[in-house]
Amino acid sequence: MISQFFVLSQRGDNIVFRDYRGEVQKGSAEIFFRKVKFWKEDGEEEAPPVFNVDGVNYFHVKVVGLLFVATTRANVSPSLVLELLQRIARVIKDYLGVLNEDSLRKNFVLVYELLDEVIDFGYVQTTSTELLKSYVFNEPLVVDAARLQPMSPAAIFMQGTKRMPGTAVTKSVVANEPGGRKREEIFVDIIEKISVTFSSSGYILTSEIDGTIQMKSYLSGNPEIKLALNEDLSIGRGDYRSSFGSGAVILDDCNFHESVRLDNFDLDRTLTLVPPDGEFPVMNYRMTQEFKPPFRINTLIEEAGALKAEVILKVSAEFPSSVTANTIIVQMPLPKYTTRVNFELEPGALGQTTDFKEANRRLEWALKKTVGGSEHTLRAKLTFSQELHGNITKEAGPVSMTFTIPMYNASRLQVKYLQIAKKSSTYNPYRWVRYVTQANSYVARI
Amino acid sequence: MAPPAQTNRSPSPSQPSGKSEVTDLKSQLRQLAGSRLPGVDDSKRELFKKVISYMTIGIDVSSVFGEMVMCSATSDIVLKKMCYLYVGNYAKVNPDLALLTINFLQRDCKDEDPMIRGLALRSLSSLNVANLVEYLVGPLNAGLKDNNSYVRIVAVIGVLKLYHISVTTCIDADFPAVLKHLLLNDQDTQVVANCLLALQEIWNGEASTSGDAMKEREALLSKPFIYYLLNRIKEFSEWAQCLVLDLVVKYVPADSNEIFDIMNLLEDRLQHANGAVVLATAKVFLHLTLSMTDVHQQVYERIKAPLLTLVSSGSPEQSYAVLSHLHLLVMHAPYVFSADYKHFYCQYNEPSYVKKLKLEMLTAVANESSTYEIVTELCEYAANVDIPIARESIRAVGKIALQQYDVNAIVDRLLQFLEMEKDYVTAEALVLVKDLLRKYPQWSHDCIAVVGNISSQNVQEPKAKAALIWMLGEYSQDMSDAPYILESLTENWDEEHSAEVRLHLLTAVMKCFFKRPPETQKALGAALAAGLADFHQDVHDRALFYYRLLQHNVTVAERVVNPPKQAVSVFADTQSSEVKDRIFDEFNSLSVVYQKEHRGPFEFSDELGSLAIGTESDVPAHVVEANDKDLLLGTPDKEESRGAGTNGSAYTAPLYDTSLLSTATQVQPELPISNPAAAGLSPQSSLAIDDLLGLGLPAAPAPTLAPSPPPLKLNAGAACLFTASPTGHILIFVMDRSLSQELSVSPQGAAALTTPQTLPRHLQGHSIHCIASGGQAPNLKFFFFAQKAEESSIFLIECKINTSSAKTQITIKADDQSMSQAFSTLFQSALSRFGTS
Repeated sequence: MISQFFVLSQRGDNIVFRDYRGEVQKGSAEIFFRKVKFWKEDGEEEAPPVFNVDGVNYFHVKVVGLLFVATTRANVSPSLVLELLQRIARVIKDYLGVLNEDSLRKNFVLVYELLDEVIDFGYVQTTSTELLKSYVFNEPLVVDAARLQPMSPAAIFMQGTKRMPGTAVTKSVVANEPGGRKREEIFVDIIEKISVTFSSSGYILTSEIDGTIQMKSYLSGNPEIKLALNEDLSIGRGDYRSSFGSGAVILDDCNFHESVRLDNFDLDRTLTLVPPDGEFPVMNYRMTQEFKPPFRINTLIEEAGALKAEVILKVSAEFPSSVTANTIIVQMPLPKYTTRVNFELEPGALGQTTDFKEANRRLEWALKKTVGGSEHTLRAKLTFSQELHGNITKEAGPVSMTFTIPMYNASRLQVKYLQIAKKSSTYNPYRWVRYVTQANSYVARI
Repeated sequence: MAPPAQTNRSPSPSQPSGKSEVTDLKSQLRQLAGSRLPGVDDSKRELFKKVISYMTIGIDVSSVFGEMVMCSATSDIVLKKMCYLYVGNYAKVNPDLALLTINFLQRDCKDEDPMIRGLALRSLSSLNVANLVEYLVGPLNAGLKDNNSYVRIVAVIGVLKLYHISVTTCIDADFPAVLKHLLLNDQDTQVVANCLLALQEIWNGEASTSGDAMKEREALLSKPFIYYLLNRIKEFSEWAQCLVLDLVVKYVPADSNEIFDIMNLLEDRLQHANGAVVLATAKVFLHLTLSMTDVHQQVYERIKAPLLTLVSSGSPEQSYAVLSHLHLLVMHAPYVFSADYKHFYCQYNEPSYVKKLKLEMLTAVANESSTYEIVTELCEYAANVDIPIARESIRAVGKIALQQYDVNAIVDRLLQFLEMEKDYVTAEALVLVKDLLRKYPQWSHDCIAVVGNISSQNVQEPKAKAALIWMLGEYSQDMSDAPYILESLTENWDEEHSAEVRLHLLTAVMKCFFKRPPETQKALGAALAAGLADFHQDVHDRALFYYRLLQHNVTVAERVVNPPKQAVSVFADTQSSEVKDRIFDEFNSLSVVYQKEHRGPFEFSDELGSLAIGTESDVPAHVVEANDKDLLLGTPDKEESRGAGTNGSAYTAPLYDTSLLSTATQVQPELPISNPAAAGLSPQSSLAIDDLLGLGLPAAPAPTLAPSPPPLKLNAGAACLFTASPTGHILIFVMDRSLSQELSVSPQGAAALTTPQTLPRHLQGHSIHCIASGGQAPNLKFFFFAQKAEESSIFLIECKINTSSAKTQITIKADDQSMSQAFSTLFQSALSRFGTS
C-alpha cells in the first residue's frame, strides 16, 4: 500500500504527482529530492532505493534519468513497491513508445489516466498493459523517434550501464501507424549481461551470465506462441546427467513470466504462452557455467625511472570474425599522484579515442568497433608528481571494460524456433529474434 | 502541452505570474462553459490540461473549481477524467464547491457505460468531504451490486475510502457484511482481492473496540477460507497473489501434512519473475516450517537459487531489495550459503549500498575452506578507489579473522595493510590489529613489531589513534619506545581533540607506568595533571579516579589497571539475537532493508549499540559533593610509600572542580563564580588545601617560556584543583600577601577579547591556567593560576580587564612574595603578546 506516487525530472521537477491516501505531506517530493541529492556530502555514495525520513518511507527507481518515487508510512514489502515502480515505468513506455522526460511531459494526462487505474487508494489494481487498454482514452503524442539513436538492437544499451530500458521498439501499443494499419510483428530479444573477473595472471576468477528473453508482441488477436529453446538445456547445477561432455547449456536457475505455460518444458524445452500486449520478460536466467569470455585483457606496467611508468593495455576480441562488438570502453584508475599521461595508439588506429580524466585519475580508452579475432594495443606513458614507493599495482587498476556485442550470446542459449498458432495460411507476421551480449562487470586485475 | 518548466514553479498562488495565468484560465473556462460549438471539447481539453499541469507542479488552481464543474457537462470521456482528477484533488479544501460536483457525479454513476459508472463512483468516493458521505452510500450500494466487475472493483475500494472518511457511516450501512459476501462469492478475483484488503483494514481498525471485528478478522484465517484462496491463487493478479500470501503466512496449519500440501501448491510461485511474489512465497515457506528444523533447512536450500536469480535479473533497485533479504538469511544460516560465496563478490560498478551488504555476507559465509579465497578477494577491494568500500573491506577481513578460521594467513594480510602507506588503510588496520590482539594475544609478537614502525604522527583518525595508544600501553614491555611515544603524545594533550583518544592515553600511560616506572613517571604526572584540567567530564573523572587510586593503594591500582587479561572469545554483537529474530518475523517488509525492527505503525527502532564512549556532547554540570574533599584530604600519606612518584613536595591549591567551573562559566555567567563578592576574597572562607599533585609534578617537563631568558619558569602541567562548598559557593584560597598593578592590553588584545575565552587559551600557552572567568563586556574578570616549575610556589592572579579602555588591573598573590614581582613581569609579557600572536 503506497500513499503517493510521483515522477521527478533530473532537476527535481514534478512531472506527474498523484496522492492516493493523503497520509503524507504535500512537500514530500522536495524532501525526497533534497535527500537523494545530498545523500552523503562527499557525493561518493548514492542514496539507497529505500529510505525513511521522519516516518515516511521513500522508494525510488531510476529509469532513463527520471526518478519514479513512491511514499508510504506503512511497513510494506520493499520488493513489491520497487517492482511496482519499475512496472509503472514499463507500462508508461508501452503506451508512449518512448519513455523520456519529453514524452512524459507531452503525455502527462495519459499518464494520469494510467495511474488512476494502476493504483486505487494506494493498492495495486493492475499493471497489465493489455487490461489497461480499455481504460485509456488519450491518444499518445509520440515524440520524434528519429531524434533518438538508431534502432539497432545495440542502441538499447547505450542509455545506461546496468539498466535495461528494453528493446529498441519505440512503438506505442495503442498508437496506429501511419496508414491506420498495424503491422503484425513480434520481437524476441535474448539479452545477456556478462560479468567476468580475471586474476592478475589472466585466470577467470568468477564469471556469470544474467540473461533475459524479452518479448514484445504486436500481434492482433493474441495468438498462442511456442518458443523452443536448446533441447539439451538443463537447469540446476549438478544436473549433468543429460549433458555430460556434450557441451550443453546448463543454467543455474531461471524464472518465468506468469503467462508462460511450462507443460512441455521438461519434455522438449518449449515454452507456450499467449503474449500479452507490451514488453515483458518471458524468462530470466542465470548461469555460472564456464564460458569463453569474448574479450581478453592484458595489462603490462613498466616502471621507467622514479617519476615515470608505462602502461600497455592489450585487448583481444575472441569471438568469430563475423561478429562485431561496438562502443567498447576500457577504463583504468591510475595512481592518484599521476599528473600527465601521453597516449600512443597503434599505427592506423581508426575510431579510437583516449582520455585521462584528471578529476578521478582515470584512463579511458574508447573503441567504436572491434571485429572478432582482432587485437588492439594502447601505450600510455604516465608522469608522476612524487616518487613511486612500493608497488604501483597497489595504486592503480583494475582494468574494467564495457561493450556491446550484437548477434552474439556467450551462453549459447538459443531460440530454436518461434511458432505462432496460425489463423490462416496467409497469416505470416514478422518475427524478429535478436541476440545481444553486454558487459556488466568485466574486470581484469593487475 | 507540457507542464511549464521550472521557472514557473511556485508553491504559492500569490506569485504574480501564476496568479495572472490562473485568472486567465478562469475567464477562458467561463467562456467555454456554456458553449455548444463544434470543436469546443478540443479547446476544453487544452485548457483542462493546462489546469492539471499547474496542479502537478504545485500552483494552486482551486479558484477555478466552479468553472471546471460547469465545463464538466460533457460526454467526452477524456474531459471527464481530467475533471474527476481535478475535483478529487481540490474537493477537500473546497467542501462547499464539492457539493456542486455531487450532482453530475451521481448522474454519471447511473450512466449506461460501466466505464463511466466506475470512474464516477471512484471520483465520488475520493471527494473525502465528511458532510457529503450521505450522497455516497447509495451509489456505493448500487456499485457493489453492479453486474460489471469494473464497477464492483471500484465500489469495494470506495467502501474502504468511506470507512476512512466516516467510520460510523460505513459500519451503519452494513458495508462490511456486503464485502464479506462478495469476498466469498464474487467471480472476479480482483473484486475478491479488494474485498480482502478492505476488510483487513476495516477489521484491523475496529478490532480494538469491537469483539465482532476481532472474530471476523480471525475468521479470515480459517482453514476453509485460506484453502478457498489458495486453490484459486493462479487466477489472482501477481499483486493480489502477494496479498493472499501475506494472509497465508498468518495461518496456522493443523499438522505437517497440511504444511506440505500448502508448500507443494505454492512451489511454482518461487519461479515467478516478480520478486514480490517470490519473497512472499519464501516467507510462507519459512514461517510454516519454523518448528520443523530439517525441513526449514531444506526451505533455505530451495529458496536460495530463485532469490539469487532475482538479485541478478532485475534493476539495481530490485536487486537491492532482494539482496537485503538474502543478507538476512545469510546472517541466520551462513552455512547454507557457504558454497555460494562467489555470488557475494562485489562488482566494480555496483552502488555502495549493495557492496556493503555483500561485504557483510562474505564475512558471514567464510568458513575453513573458503576463508583464504574470500580474504584474497577482500584484499583486492582494500586497494579500491572507492574509499568507504576499501575501509569496509578491511573491516571485513578483520571480522573474518576474529571468526577463527585460518588466522595465520589473515594476520599477514592485515600487517601488509599497515605497510600500504595509505592513511585510511593504516587507520582501519590498526583498529583491527587491536581487536585481533585482544582475541589472540599469541600474535602480539608479530604484530607489535610492525605496529612499532608506525609513526604516531601518521595516524590521525581518533579510532585508529586510540587503538595505537591502547597497544602502546598494553605492550609497552615489548615496545622499547612506548614510554617516549606516550610522553610526546601527552605533551600534545591540548591538541588532541578526541576525548576517546585522551581517555585511552590516560589509561595507556597508567599501564605503561606499572611496567616501566622510571621511564613513564614523567609522562604519568603530566597526563594526570592534564587529565584533571581537561574540560571533558569523562576524561577529568578518569584522571581523578586514577589519581585517587594511586593515592589509595598502588598495588590495588596496578591490579585495576593491569589485571591479567583473558583473551576475548566472542565480541559482543551490535544487534541482539532477539532483535534479529523479530526482524526475521518481519521478512518481506521494510524492517529487513533497514535492519531494524518495526515498532508501532510509523516507527522503526533506533540503531542498537550506538552508545559509544567519548561522544563529545556536553556533559551536564554537576556539583562535586563535599565529601569528595574529605576523601582527598584523608589520604595524604599514601603517596609517600610510592618511591616512584612522590617526593613529598607539597603544592597547595584550593580544591575546585574545574569541569564544573568551565561549564558554569560558559553556560551561566551569573553564577557566584562570576560575582566578585562571592568569588570570596574574604579570609574567613575556609581553606581546603591539600597536596594533590605531588605525584610526578616535580618531574614534569619545564615548558618553553616567553621572553628569553626567562627569570621565572612555570610548570606547564600544573593543574589546579578546587572544590565547591556544599552550598555551591566557590571557595578560593586566599593569601594575604599580594601585589596589585595596572597594566594595559594591546588594542589587538582588547579586540580579541570580544570572545573572552581567547585570553585563557592564550595564557595557557604561557603556563598560566584559568580558574574562572566572568563579567560582562566591557568589564571582564579572570582568575588565573600558575605554579613555579620545580618548586611548589604558586601564584593566583585576579585580572580585571576593561576592553573599551584596554586597561587591566591585576592582583597577584603568591605564597612566596619574593617571586611576585618576577611573576608580574612574566605575566605582563605574556599578556602583551595577547592578540598579536
